Amino acid sequence: MSRTEILIVGIGGMGVVLAGRILARAAAIYEEKEVVQTQSYGAEARGTAARSEIIISSEKINYPRVRKCDILVAMSQEGLEKYLPYLKEDGVLIYEKHLVKKVSVSEKLRILSVPAIEIAEKKVGSRLVANIVIISATVGFTKIISEKSLKMAIVDIIPEPMRKINLKAVEEGIKFLREILNQNS
Amino acid sequence: MANKHFALKFLREETLPTAFCPGCGNGIVMNCFLKAVEELGFHDLSGFAFVSGIGCAAWCVSPYFKADSLHTTHGRPIAFASGLKLARPELNVVVISGDGDIAGIGGNHLIHAARRNMDLLVICINNFNYGMTGGQVGPTTLHGVITTTTPYGNPEYPFDLARLVESAGANFVARWTTVHVRQLINSIKKALKKEGFRFIEVVSQCPTSFGRRIGKRTGRDLMKWFKERSIHISKARDVQEVEDVIIVGEFVDRDRPGFVRKIHEIIFKVREENV
Amino acid sequence: MSERKNKEVLSGVHFWQGDTACAEGAIAAGCRFFAGYPITPASEIAEHMAKRLPEVGGIYVQMEDEIASISAVIGASWGGLKSMTATSGPGFSLMQENIGYACMTETPCVIVDVQRAGPSTGQATKAAQGDIMQARWGTHGDHEVIVLSPNSPQEMFDLTVKAFNLSEIYRVPVIILSDEIVGHMWEKVRVPSPEEIEVYNRRKPSHIGEPIFGGVGEVGVPPMPRIGDGFNLLITGSTHNEYGYRKTVDPEVHRRLVTRIVNKIRENADKIIDVETQNIEDADIGVISYGCTSRSVYDAVILAEKEGITVGHVRLRTIWPFPEKVVKEVAERVDFILVPEMNLGQLVYEVERVVGCEARVKAISKIGGGEMITPEEILSEMRKLLGR
Repeated sequence: MSRTEILIVGIGGMGVVLAGRILARAAAIYEEKEVVQTQSYGAEARGTAARSEIIISSEKINYPRVRKCDILVAMSQEGLEKYLPYLKEDGVLIYEKHLVKKVSVSEKLRILSVPAIEIAEKKVGSRLVANIVIISATVGFTKIISEKSLKMAIVDIIPEPMRKINLKAVEEGIKFLREILNQNS
Repeated sequence: MANKHFALKFLREETLPTAFCPGCGNGIVMNCFLKAVEELGFHDLSGFAFVSGIGCAAWCVSPYFKADSLHTTHGRPIAFASGLKLARPELNVVVISGDGDIAGIGGNHLIHAARRNMDLLVICINNFNYGMTGGQVGPTTLHGVITTTTPYGNPEYPFDLARLVESAGANFVARWTTVHVRQLINSIKKALKKEGFRFIEVVSQCPTSFGRRIGKRTGRDLMKWFKERSIHISKARDVQEVEDVIIVGEFVDRDRPGFVRKIHEIIFKVREENV
Repeated sequence: MSERKNKEVLSGVHFWQGDTACAEGAIAAGCRFFAGYPITPASEIAEHMAKRLPEVGGIYVQMEDEIASISAVIGASWGGLKSMTATSGPGFSLMQENIGYACMTETPCVIVDVQRAGPSTGQATKAAQGDIMQARWGTHGDHEVIVLSPNSPQEMFDLTVKAFNLSEIYRVPVIILSDEIVGHMWEKVRVPSPEEIEVYNRRKPSHIGEPIFGGVGEVGVPPMPRIGDGFNLLITGSTHNEYGYRKTVDPEVHRRLVTRIVNKIRENADKIIDVETQNIEDADIGVISYGCTSRSVYDAVILAEKEGITVGHVRLRTIWPFPEKVVKEVAERVDFILVPEMNLGQLVYEVERVVGCEARVKAISKIGGGEMITPEEILSEMRKLLGR
């Protein structure tokens, strides 16, 4: 049985919940996995802590919440600190380079720092798609789903005129990852 | 055979006489409504649906009118009628109920239906108090009046219902008293032919629970009082003390498209785009 | 026309949240009228209906409050449309008087309550299961309603179809008691083809003059015409005879009417009740669950099995009328019955009433922050009770 639990955390308004939804839809519809996605946010739509929880499995999922996650995507310092204890010892931590200042974690983790806002602003042209940049890098780094599935889910969910820049954000996220991997190899 | 009263063909004869107190104004309102229907050429009430709430006025239509009637919970007839009208737009949906029902507990539905321009005719029989329950103070009770729940005089001020509904957006608003029979019939006829929200306030007598508190012990005393206090809206511009008079007449008559038409335009457009 | 037909039932596999699935289930069941008022976590149902109903020629209207919403729903139902509203605890409280009106006038309608943490405004975005008793006893006087409890987006679709069918068959308001977790959870939903979806419609009278509020024995459901079809209907929430005439002092008319509207549900409970069971024939311990919490129980059953504990699990898709028989059956075979719920004890009292001395009934209660009862917490209670 393969079961992957993912947490995406940040502040309301960053698109944390949308990013989770795209990832979940891609896995459910285009990779035919069992998927449950839930979210948590405060009473206000913006400015408070937001969290998206995704479970991807080859088997039926009962308890729908994430307990110990395999992948933690942090788009805020507060989110990182709050949810790091929920990350498995050998899990994957991905965080936004400028929003997360301080990271002190165990050595067993695989860690990726993504300047998602910078990439979104400078290479895609809108900081609004930083969420897509970071989940694209996450997809590239962890291979939980394919880049193609991710793009198809974006096409389903995001209408024009925003669709184009969201797809561009995927490409830039993946490109960034390749460059990092090339540097390291 | 003697000629039957014209209204009997619109009534469930087996339910008569009505349960209303001697001198009550409800019969006059029923009579005026049915006269308007008759003068418009209807032979029965099959094209109508009536909705009422709780209170004496709510009984006008249920069970006396030989028609479909939805006798609802207290304050909610306009909301029930809105759902019914949207489901059966071909029916002429009419709400007849009292001031406590429509303007007190149901006041929010009244102003929102007017704002929405919901295709309803609402006739509010205003007898200045909660008559059925024994004459408690209501949203239309005059300032200072002694009722069973204002034993030291009413410290509050009444709603001006016609003006309230006019400013909320209704297509048609009129106010008459039970003395203004012909004017009331004409306004009902006019309102029945219009779309959107139409509101007619009928100031009516409740000798049993209200009249005796203000020294008007009979229906006749109260009607005389209405007549003395009534002033037509065309002559009311200079009236200073609105409290002392009953301004009657047609307050607004406009033709904004009704909610039903607007919503069916949307449905038509959406379906055209989808086929 | 066929293209329009396709718009009514979106057959295929979707990735939907529970609220969306509920709205689509309603449309597939023939719902063509929705009146509502926005409230977390049910607003997505209204939003989806606002978009979808015009596509199928239906009416969406946002009313000024929840009282107006349920009123309009009942009005539209008498106008012949299958009608629904959706809300959460605070709005559900406001609707109670007219839910009673719908019971008394035998008006088919569906009310969705996506539960959140109360009382009052409580924790508006957080899940809870605190409306179990309100769904049963929220309105005053003797009455019966049907309450269904989905535990997934798939069941938000399926049970909404079922809710409309039961409502039409029994002329009774049916409440879908969901919760924030199931309402906001995204999962795959398979929508069957239109032919696979069973849809029932209210029985029409055969002739004008047929009684529509009785005349069908002590447990029967009378036929229901529309307003505007020439029946000269008298519809009232006051006690009425079989023809709709108000009879507000006659004791016999009241007894006859109220007993029948209660018994038409009680006496048909076996046909209405729908439960899912696991291992009830051979259980070491019993669990009665519903809604989102049942998903934790599924996992607890698996975890317990690994430790050699066989859990007899009864998951209630129908909460009211309460599935007494199957609960008794389990109680006869086990010493302990657990009732996990996200409240401080509601359904557990009903289980206790039914079980009596047959088994010891214990609540697992959890409230606050929308946190679910975990499979491990349920397992830990089992171990304690069984002394393992």
